[in-house]
Amino acid sequence: MPDLLPFALLGAVFGLDVVSFPQAMISRPIVAATAGGALAGDTSAGLLAGVVLELMAMETLPVGASRYPEWGTASVAGGALAASLGIAHAGTLAVAALAAVLTAWVGGWSMYGLRKLNGAWAARRLPALEAGDRRALAGLQIRGLTADLTRGALVTVVALVVWRPVGTWLVARWSLPFAISRAVLVAVAGAVAWSAVWRLAHGAPSSRWYLIGGLAMGLAAMVLL
Amino acid sequence: MTAPSIAPLPPAPPLSWRTWAAMFARLLAVQGAWNYELMLGTGIGFAAEPALRSLPGGPTGEAYHAALARQSRYFNAHPYLAAVAVGALARAELAGQPPAQIERLRTAMCGPLGSVGDRLVWAGWLPCCSLTALLAYGLGAGAVTVVALFLVLYNAGHIGLRAWGLRVGWRNGLRVAAVLANPVLRQGPQYIARAVMLLAGAAIPLAMRRALAGVHLASSLNVVPTPVGRTPVVTLLAAAVLGAALVWLHGRVEGWRGAALILAALIIFSVVR
Repeated sequence: MPDLLPFALLGAVFGLDVVSFPQAMISRPIVAATAGGALAGDTSAGLLAGVVLELMAMETLPVGASRYPEWGTASVAGGALAASLGIAHAGTLAVAALAAVLTAWVGGWSMYGLRKLNGAWAARRLPALEAGDRRALAGLQIRGLTADLTRGALVTVVALVVWRPVGTWLVARWSLPFAISRAVLVAVAGAVAWSAVWRLAHGAPSSRWYLIGGLAMGLAAMVLL
Repeated sequence: MTAPSIAPLPPAPPLSWRTWAAMFARLLAVQGAWNYELMLGTGIGFAAEPALRSLPGGPTGEAYHAALARQSRYFNAHPYLAAVAVGALARAELAGQPPAQIERLRTAMCGPLGSVGDRLVWAGWLPCCSLTALLAYGLGAGAVTVVALFLVLYNAGHIGLRAWGLRVGWRNGLRVAAVLANPVLRQGPQYIARAVMLLAGAAIPLAMRRALAGVHLASSLNVVPTPVGRTPVVTLLAAAVLGAALVWLHGRVEGWRGAALILAALIIFSVVR
């Protein structure tokens, strides 16, 4: 499937950014899904998927040794699915979002596997590291980066190979109205974002008043715009 | 973190532009071989290596090999603030500090550089920039604006923090503990947390409203946006109630898992009914 190659490359680069290099957050859903959508021919659909996934990813902190969803490759797949399944269909965004969340979960496990692999490689080269061998050190870094790049490409390709036909099948049989389908999805994404923000920031002094102030501004903008 | 008892350091010799650039570029890959045994260890050695070539005897000398071995052992910190450690450790090695003091510094830096970085960046700056981008989206910005705003804003902080860390680490060497008293590191997370709350209050409802409105059914598809009536209000309230439930269930249910379950149920219901 040669049409998967650009998505594999995009997923590889964005998957690499999550932890290994350069952590510039091009792997955040709002960027990666938009890029995936653009590559599939509908940037707006990608952005919309990116916004929904970004709300859901708000609670994910890429903290050290913890295992967490890997949103980079997942968002490329989600954005590409949202664009290719046709964003005008009632079920497209929900299907793309579920595909992305499940891919993020698989991606998290693939990162865990990669870390174990890095550990095995490092253990094998430990005598050379203890001798201060520059080649051994650089070799481990380059091998780790290459493996992560490959991991990102594989996760993206597998996600698209699985979800393109499944998504097409689901969207074709979708029966709920557009407004309800979209409302449930957006409410769920918004709920995850609210709870994440609260957990992250409510400990700061007076933070509740800042939240109320922001809400007032947001509601005023909703009325006025 | 307590500063080890150390002799005063001479003024920091200037790092050549080439060495600084090489260390900075390698810092971007400091987690390239991250693993559960050494964590960032090999990345720290990899990033410090260009400076260590200036040790007596050069890259083939005994001092170089001993220093590189020391710097490639277990280390854990926030990846951006690892720059502080790389600068300080490279400076200490080049100043010929005793290995035991350098080892103590490595051990002492792990905890503070990890916890400060996590609070400042992952729990502060990242959601702050994310919410700014969502606010721009909610106010009607296009894809290029939203993405560019997020990347420029986030990376101004990201690149700035890494560059600052490498500079102050190199300048202070073994006395780098004082750097962690910097007001940005101590007070910054609290200020950013307030900004996160303010931005969240405005950005989440506005982004949700635009996502609901179907404005993305753009010209290319020739579809008129579906009228949503009272849907935004109902959706916002539902999100608030569900969000409160997730906060109440804190630690027992991760939001994304709950979201996956609800979406799966929605899809099954819509397909089989």
